[in-house]
Amino acid sequence: MYDAKYIIPGLIVFVALMTFPIWKNMGNAGPVPKPEKPVGVTKCIDSVKYMRTSHMKVLDDWRDEVLREGDRVPIEVNGVKYDKSLMNGCLKCHADKKKFCDECHVYTSVKPYCWDCHFVPKETF
Amino acid sequence: MKHAFLAVIALIAISWIGSLVGLDYVFGVVFPYLAFAIFLGGFIYRIVNWGKSPVPFRIPTTSGQGKSLDWVRQDKLDCPATFWQVVGRMLLEVFVFRSLFKNTKAEIHDGPKLVYGSSKWLWLFGLAFHYSFLLIILRHLRLFLNPVPAFIGQIEFFDGLFQVGVPVLYQTDLVFVGAVTFLFLRRVLIPQVKYISFAADYFPLFLIFAIGATGILMRYFFRVDVVAIKQLTMGIATFSPAISGDIGSIFYIHIFLVSALLAYFPFSKLMHLGGVFMSPTRNLANNNRMVRHVNPWNDPNIKPHSYADYEDEFREFMVDTVLPVEKELPPEPEPEPEPEPEAAETEKPAEPAAEEAPAETPAEKE
Ligand code: HEC
Ligand code: HEC
Ligand code: HEC
Repeated sequence: MYDAKYIIPGLIVFVALMTFPIWKNMGNAGPVPKPEKPVGVTKCIDSVKYMRTSHMKVLDDWRDEVLREGDRVPIEVNGVKYDKSLMNGCLKCHADKKKFCDECHVYTSVKPYCWDCHFVPKETF
Repeated sequence: MKHAFLAVIALIAISWIGSLVGLDYVFGVVFPYLAFAIFLGGFIYRIVNWGKSPVPFRIPTTSGQGKSLDWVRQDKLDCPATFWQVVGRMLLEVFVFRSLFKNTKAEIHDGPKLVYGSSKWLWLFGLAFHYSFLLIILRHLRLFLNPVPAFIGQIEFFDGLFQVGVPVLYQTDLVFVGAVTFLFLRRVLIPQVKYISFAADYFPLFLIFAIGATGILMRYFFRVDVVAIKQLTMGIATFSPAISGDIGSIFYIHIFLVSALLAYFPFSKLMHLGGVFMSPTRNLANNNRMVRHVNPWNDPNIKPHSYADYEDEFREFMVDTVLPVEKELPPEPEPEPEPEPEAAETEKPAEPAAEEAPAETPAEKE
């Protein structure tokens, strides 16, 4: 091979970059998120499968309904009424944001900007 | 174009059916591993293969003043003469596609008159395409690293800066699809480009478009369980793959298309990723007149033979056939001494001026 002194280091850099996740993790997949189950309730506002994939859609729809259409009619789960709201809805059941929402969000590098304005019930100023 | 399109449709159909009949593990684990191995192996093979081809002399495309006399200004980037000038040229080529920037278009106007103009669209969309592709790939690292490094969060933040919708819309997704669409339309709408476009040109475009489209559908429309997907991708990256939960066909279609792209990569035009570094028209210094470049396939047993040596070897024959020579034959005293060694020795030192006349006569007599 000609110019091996350039090509070989180039290939080494290429392979190192392409396999970066492999040697960075070193076979350690890290902890799997375990969102805390809410106490006292058994059902979410929709099926768990739907909530896992589409809870942000629910929130988005709620936001539009409440703010654009003025529709604040609460939703009912197992006969109990909940506001269509981040802090007065989801977080009524999922009381601890850190142990629930953040558990998954940190794992998948999701940082909802909602908390720029909305605050978590337990948070103090 | 028809076949390239059908090929991508077939890939989608295969993976869709595969995921429906429960071949999750094959499409989610086996094919990605296989494709990645083909990608790395094929890439190295292609590069080494290129490295083995000799480049006997310097063939850079020069488009500026070469190095000359001190008072002639050299165009260091367009006609580099040293290693570092080549590095400068390569950096601009790799990072900002400088040679595309210099694209021109030729048009025939009334007259008829041939007019050249600048044509920057291909450069602009090419750049947009490659950079959004790069950012998208970097963003995907969130699925392969745990914990996710901060710089990926930064990319995600700036990519979703306008906070449109939930999940937040990434600008790169729009730019990416727009640029691929442009690159495709360019091929079909410009007759000259269409004429030189083959399946090997359309297939990567369709494939990349389909990858982008399935990714966008997956993120914004169908939505999938990203936590379950990350468990799978982390498993792949740590060689302990396992599929947990029900992920949905769209994911298997997406990842199978990516696998197809990876496996196809080393054997296609996409190899320009490595090829740009290997192209002798860019990476050679134009120093033919400063450095002696020896053709690498020369037989080392054949020594250089200059014209002076050649004439030395054949001067007599050349003179005989009345060919012009640079150095005349030396005056010929030799033939004389052979018959009568004693006579020659005495005659030579005696009369240098009259050497020729006496020398020739004995030779002729014989
Ligand atoms: C009535 C109380 C209640 C409300 C209100 C509620 N949830 Fe739930 N949620 C639950 C329960 C209970 C579960 C666990 C269900 C199970 O595991 O079967 C759950 C599960 C989930 C899960 C799946 C977690 C996992 O472990 O896979 C997500 C995501 C979720 N909720 C998000 C939300 C969001 C977002 C909101 C607001 C839009 C919300 N929930 C509102 C009670 C609630
Ligand atoms: C710029 C600040 C801001 C941001 C960012 C923001 N919101 Fe809000 N949100 C508001 C305000 C103000 C209201 C109105 C409260 C009201 O009228 O009750 C509201 C109301 C809502 C409501 C309905 C009522 C309630 O009390 O919750 C929902 C649901 C909601 N936001 C969801 C979201 C989600 C989801 C996000 C992130 C994707 C988000 N918001 C980001 C300011 C913000
Ligand atoms: C089962 C894990 C899980 C739980 C629990 C969870 N989320 Fe999420 N959430 C995700 C994932 C994954 C995404 C990103 C989806 C994507 O990237 O397409 C997301 C996205 C979001 C988004 C959109 C953010 C954006 O910038 O795109 C909002 C808003 C959100 N989650 C709110 C919540 C709230 C509020 C809770 C707690 C009540 C919660 N989530 C609990 C997994 C979870």
